[in-house]
Amino acid sequence: MVPLDDDSKKNDVRGPTGHPLEIPRLACGAMADLESYHAKPAHNEPLGFPGELIDDWKEVAIAKIGELASKNRAFQVYLDACVKCGACTDKCHYFLGTGDPKNMPVARQDLLRSVYRRYYTFAGKNFPWLVGARDLTREVLDEWYNYYHQCSQCRRCSVFCPYGIDTAEISMAAREILDTVGQGQKYCNEIIAKVKDVGNNLGLNPKALRATLEDLEEDLEEETGISVRLPLDEKGADILLITPSADFFAEPHIEGLLGYAKVFHAAGVSWTISSYASEAANFGMFIGSYENMREVSLRIRKAAQDLGVKRIVFGECGHAWRVAYSFLNTLAGPFDFLDQNYPIPQHILEFTHAEIEKGTLNFDKSRNDEYRMTYHDSCNVARGSRMGDKPGGQFEIPRAVLKAVCNNYFDMDRDTIKESTVCCGGGGGLLTDELMDLRTKGASPRMKALQQVTEDHGVTHMAAICAICKTQFSKVMPKFGYEMDSVLSVHQLVSNAIILDGQQTADDTSEAEE
Amino acid sequence: MLSTLYALLFYTASVLMVVGLALKIRKYARTPAPLKIPTTPAPTTRGGVVLRMAREVVFFESLFKSNKWIWLFGYLFHVGLLLVLLRHFRYFTNPVWWWVELIQPFGVYASFAMVAGLAGLWARRFLVERIRYISSPSDHLMLALLLAIGLSGMTMKFAAQTDIVAVKVFFLGLMRFQINELPMHLPLLVHLGLVAILMIIFPISKLLHVPGLFFSPSRNQVDNSRDKRHLAPWAAELEK
Ligand code: HEM
Ligand code: SF4
Ligand code: SF4
Repeated sequence: MVPLDDDSKKNDVRGPTGHPLEIPRLACGAMADLESYHAKPAHNEPLGFPGELIDDWKEVAIAKIGELASKNRAFQVYLDACVKCGACTDKCHYFLGTGDPKNMPVARQDLLRSVYRRYYTFAGKNFPWLVGARDLTREVLDEWYNYYHQCSQCRRCSVFCPYGIDTAEISMAAREILDTVGQGQKYCNEIIAKVKDVGNNLGLNPKALRATLEDLEEDLEEETGISVRLPLDEKGADILLITPSADFFAEPHIEGLLGYAKVFHAAGVSWTISSYASEAANFGMFIGSYENMREVSLRIRKAAQDLGVKRIVFGECGHAWRVAYSFLNTLAGPFDFLDQNYPIPQHILEFTHAEIEKGTLNFDKSRNDEYRMTYHDSCNVARGSRMGDKPGGQFEIPRAVLKAVCNNYFDMDRDTIKESTVCCGGGGGLLTDELMDLRTKGASPRMKALQQVTEDHGVTHMAAICAICKTQFSKVMPKFGYEMDSVLSVHQLVSNAIILDGQQTADDTSEAEE
Repeated sequence: MLSTLYALLFYTASVLMVVGLALKIRKYARTPAPLKIPTTPAPTTRGGVVLRMAREVVFFESLFKSNKWIWLFGYLFHVGLLLVLLRHFRYFTNPVWWWVELIQPFGVYASFAMVAGLAGLWARRFLVERIRYISSPSDHLMLALLLAIGLSGMTMKFAAQTDIVAVKVFFLGLMRFQINELPMHLPLLVHLGLVAILMIIFPISKLLHVPGLFFSPSRNQVDNSRDKRHLAPWAAELEK
């Protein structure tokens, strides 16, 4: 053991699973060949990118680096400021899970920085060997493609860098450069093209959406005995709900949607979903494209104007909340036509939390007693947004809501939650089957932290407020010894516990039977 | 002859450093930040941001949370460097400012802290696999340069004393555009030559972390995106 090497953590191996942040030995090249599917021309072109690799890709890519550096201060400063101190090297869940040194944040940045230095700095132009500068070659371009699609843009590294260098910004820029030369990624670009065409990531048309919502209304009536609405395209409603389209079809997402509906019902507000803007997700962020992100955001503005709503509320989605909270005002504002007495936009948890504080919601917490809960802070919510008035509200509000509806709640290791949360492993445009190996390895720090609270407190389930996290966990949890339904929506727990006025409960029914 | 050479070297180095840094700072200041990207939780007011930045600059707060070893060595080095630099004002001021006199005794120990910190940082570049992997020759050379500056300086202090009075006359002269005799003393010539190199590479090396820290959007932005619309000039063009 080298005396100057890191962290007591290394030796602190608990049980059979190990510490969640245990640092692996370097495994050079371990993930070098993992390549997500490339986009086809039909996916690239609607986004304004060339269909396939252009002939003069090298010149265009180099010019694009300069253009981005002149348009984005973060990119420029981050390329220059890194001192290679190494503080970030053990902060990425993909490095922790794979041991591939190119998944260390600073090494990931260097894939691009080395080229920036070669063409844009004195030292790199004249003494490339001295500062690790290198020519842009086809191998480098391919390496960019592979490793910039092994970053979930979770910003954990940024928290721990003395200058706040955010590898997510570098990844986004790299993906934009790749897109500009026709090397888009299929998963992201296909989805953005669908949103532009139909209004959501799934390509669910308004008719299908209406049918889905009507089915869900029937389910709700069956469950509660009262009519709880899931309105679509209702002009003049107070609130426009923008939610990830996974909430319309995937488990456990749907249960969360039912929870929002019950809360709105109990709060007595009128609300609607829009078929035109039936998607909270905005993958424009993942590919670093301001223009695409803006175009998708403007659909929300248009829907709000067309429906004449007063407020916009976002459902449970991580990166969507970052785009909504941090960027929507920039991309699609100003929202002077909305009611200024409410935050614009508002998170569904802010809404529910406010109703809990007002005392309008009635809960029977014991209905969640079958669960022993913990909570996974989604990266984009934790490190790229806020809820409520105070910094850190994004940590406190979800926990306050969970504690209001569950009796058994336990946090995971402090180094893996809140601003230090470890990514689910599937964010940032990586939630695609061909990356399953990376997703599983990237999830291991989170899974180990969960295993700890399972051992220490008997935790059985984990709640999340992100559509990607939920899908990712239901896929990878079985690989770590949990059932696939061990991940729950926060509003699913709200939905379980809430008792609506006039609602028949299981207790009523059994009493009636007696 | 050598005195003239060193005088010219210091004039050149000063101009390159000042102009180079000014150009870089201008570039950073003029490059717009299109989106609000503070790493949250972040302060919601300007005053809060000033405090956050102050904690980063004075305590290396994020680094402390990140890695205690790097923090320890980095902090020893930087605090040592700061005190040593402040102590050097005595060679440029006549009479010497009172607060420079005041830190004089600490300045002597500071050089040990600085050298120890640098040695620790350098050792990590060899011993810790991850940091070895990310180090380029320039990362080693930068530490070697600073260490050599520190050690040559300490040589003059603790071993082969140089004619300090003459050195001071030389630098006070430079400030009035006169060239006086510099003592022909090897450790001094090495020390000064390396310092000039450091000044020259300042604006074209990773020493840009000094201005960079102040321009980092993830640290210097206010978390108020819902209340105040933020729009870069080039983005405003898209709305036309
Ligand atoms: C506002 C003033 C400054 C601040 C806040 C600052 C901050 C930092 C921090 C946080 C680090 C990373 C930790 C470490 O490796 O020590 C660092 C590294 C470094 N700093 Fe500074 N610094 C400042 C001024 C300077 C100056 C004036 C110099 C030299 C003339 C300098 C030279 C270095 C070097 C060489 C490293 C890299 C050390 C290594 O290779 O590990 N810094 N600085
Ligand atoms: S922590 Fe920041 S400065 Fe240090 S190596 Fe990582 S990116 Fe570079
Ligand atoms: S943003 Fe997240 S995934 Fe990307 S390098 Fe940093 S820690 Fe890793």
